[in-house]
Amino acid sequence: MRHIISILLENESGALSRVAGLFSARAYNIESLTVAPTEDPSLSRMTLVTSGSAEIIEQITKQLNKLVDVVKLNDLNVSQLQHIEREMMLIKVKAPVSARDEIMRLSGIFRGNIIDVTDDAYTVELTGTSDKLNAFIASFDCDSILETVRSGVMGISRGSSALHL
Amino acid sequence: MELSGAEIIAQFLEDEGVEYLFGYPGGAVLHIYDALLRADSVKHILVRHEQAAAHAADGYARSTGKTGVALVTSGPGMTNAVTGIATAYLDSIPLVVLTGQVPTGVIGSDAFQEVDSVGISRPCVKHNFLVNDVKDLAETLKKAFYVASTGRPGPVVVDIPKDVTDPNIKIPYTHLSSIEMRSYNPVTKGHPFQIKKALELMLRAKKPVFYTGGGVVLSNASSSLRSLVRQLGFPITSTLMGLGAYPSSDEQFLGMLGMHGTYEANMAMHDTDVLIAVGARFDDRVTGHLEKFCPTAKIIHIDIDPSSISKTVKVHIPIVGDVDDVLTTMLEMLKDSEDKVEQSKCDQELKDWWKQIKQWRKKNCLRYNKKTKTIKPQYVIEKLHEITEGDAYITSDVGQHQMFAAQYYGFDKPRRWINSGGLGTMGFGLPAAMGVQLAHLDKTVACVTGEGSIQMNIQELATCMQYQLPIKIINLNNRYLGMVRQWQEFFYEGRYAMSYMDSIPDFVKLAESYGHVGMKIDQTSDVEDALKEAFAMKDKLVFMDFITNREENVYPMISAGKGHHEMELAPDSELV
Ligand SMILES: Cc1ncc(C[n+]2csc(CCOP(=O)(O)OP(=O)(O)O)c2C)c(N)n1
Ligand SMILES: [Mg+2]
Repeated sequence: MRHIISILLENESGALSRVAGLFSARAYNIESLTVAPTEDPSLSRMTLVTSGSAEIIEQITKQLNKLVDVVKLNDLNVSQLQHIEREMMLIKVKAPVSARDEIMRLSGIFRGNIIDVTDDAYTVELTGTSDKLNAFIASFDCDSILETVRSGVMGISRGSSALHL
Repeated sequence: MELSGAEIIAQFLEDEGVEYLFGYPGGAVLHIYDALLRADSVKHILVRHEQAAAHAADGYARSTGKTGVALVTSGPGMTNAVTGIATAYLDSIPLVVLTGQVPTGVIGSDAFQEVDSVGISRPCVKHNFLVNDVKDLAETLKKAFYVASTGRPGPVVVDIPKDVTDPNIKIPYTHLSSIEMRSYNPVTKGHPFQIKKALELMLRAKKPVFYTGGGVVLSNASSSLRSLVRQLGFPITSTLMGLGAYPSSDEQFLGMLGMHGTYEANMAMHDTDVLIAVGARFDDRVTGHLEKFCPTAKIIHIDIDPSSISKTVKVHIPIVGDVDDVLTTMLEMLKDSEDKVEQSKCDQELKDWWKQIKQWRKKNCLRYNKKTKTIKPQYVIEKLHEITEGDAYITSDVGQHQMFAAQYYGFDKPRRWINSGGLGTMGFGLPAAMGVQLAHLDKTVACVTGEGSIQMNIQELATCMQYQLPIKIINLNNRYLGMVRQWQEFFYEGRYAMSYMDSIPDFVKLAESYGHVGMKIDQTSDVEDALKEAFAMKDKLVFMDFITNREENVYPMISAGKGHHEMELAPDSELV
């Protein structure tokens, strides 16, 4: 099963490679990983998406917790709380005159923003669940997509509970 | 006090009460070496290879429970130490390894003797640090000692660029008496509810077995373990790493379990209904084939590391906590249920269980033919036990000789059996023995080794001479990489690919060339007298080269894919 793990870790050089190294050394799989400093610059917040059996996920969280740089973590899929996940995508598509209306219409339906326009290409910014981003991609034919960039998933629990010190 | 980075290191080691620093100098650590000249209470031991520095610090740590400390230079100094660091990591030994690094300004430029020490060591340390600024040095060192020695112990590398130790840059220094880290808070107290639940299950058990490991030794839980096991009257077996935590000579001890464990220990594991795993990690050399492991048991697991729990074998009652703490709590809880303990002890079912175990014991699975003219390695170890009155510190290398030492020495005390169980590092024995001997100057230390392993760190004979370490080397010389040969005999139809050692040195002359005493023994009838003679030389290193039976095999043995109950015993022809 797919799990989203939120991690608060020391914002130190090497912390990221410890997490990445753990996954490669133990042959766990990483679907996506995002990391950036929090409002407290000494801490980074990482969201890691992985998948595996319940036993493997349990080992993953235990092994992550064992890393000295990991301050706290939360498996958003096992906590009692519900969670929200978002991913951001920038997608650049060919925009010949004949296709522009359709691109604008699709962006509208998916609540995307067209953030860059040139003679022959439009770039759309889109935020949502990974499924939504996939659906947006699928609504174009492959030939018309020039480039996609995705941030990887970020997750947060609902309500007032929070992952902090 | 205003000190330079190099002086901070020297002063810190003194303040931390470090007795010995095992090291080898080089460009990146010259400032540190210069400052160390004035650190009177820290004795620097100059090894002959950085791997030996790590192993010697490790031997010191295993035999004392204190943190071992090593110092090596950047680049090749650091890479040479890696095997020693990994050895400590796999056996959870508290070690702090200080590695020199090129100056911060040139890091990343492939400078002379630059390697990414933090990157190279990352997968085989508990944690590591790169010190970028001399202002962080004292605190980082404190953290390193704290992390290495608490929770599940392990090695910590501190990588120190040369400019951080610059003698001209002085900053104020005070010794921190303790430190806190928000991201590191090891649990020590077991959950009382879990402990109670475990005890209830134990008192209802019909065929209980304690299975104990290196965690008991690391947590200094030997005496609480003894009390608990004796009060309950249960049988107990130990892993290779746990030997000595419970006395081998005790009636309740079944011997070692696992691949080369005893018949009674492995059979009891297979039949048990309540397995009490204490500070052990269900290693594959212990469990045999996982699907056949303890098929009828409910499993209790006490361990300080949550990630050890249900890693390979699903457990029913996990207790995360320091082993000694948990066992002590169990003993207290037992006081309140004394009548239940009595009941459980007199229980017919426990009696029947012991009856069954005694039946298994009758196989006498460690029997071997003592009447041969050529020397049996088992016999040497039994005599070694006799002559040292079972009270020596025994280090070992890796191979058949290691298994013979584990099976036949009969350890009665913890921290007496010093071997590389997890990584299985040939070359560990001699340098580890140096650390042990330095920690216990007036005690008997012997290194049980093979002609293959001893050659992996033979250069340390020079270190032993320099510091007058009267180690006794018991070389079980079978002219084979015996453990490899045994597998080739069993699983490759006797094709001995590269397991034969040609050009073996004359160990007697070799020892003498370093200034030690050498002895060659090739007849069973000479073994005892030779050992007596060697151990009587209290202030000399004696290299005893025992020419042993070439194709001796280690039995019992559980082959790959087999369960505990499917172990093979020595063929009858062997058991005279
Ligand atoms: C550094 C290292 N290299 C290789 C091995 C694989 N290995 C395990 S036992 C063994 C043979 C050891 O030979 P020896 O020291 O003569 O001991 P014996 O088995 O003959 O008693 C080897 C090569 C190892 N454990 N460590
Ligand atoms: Mg050999």
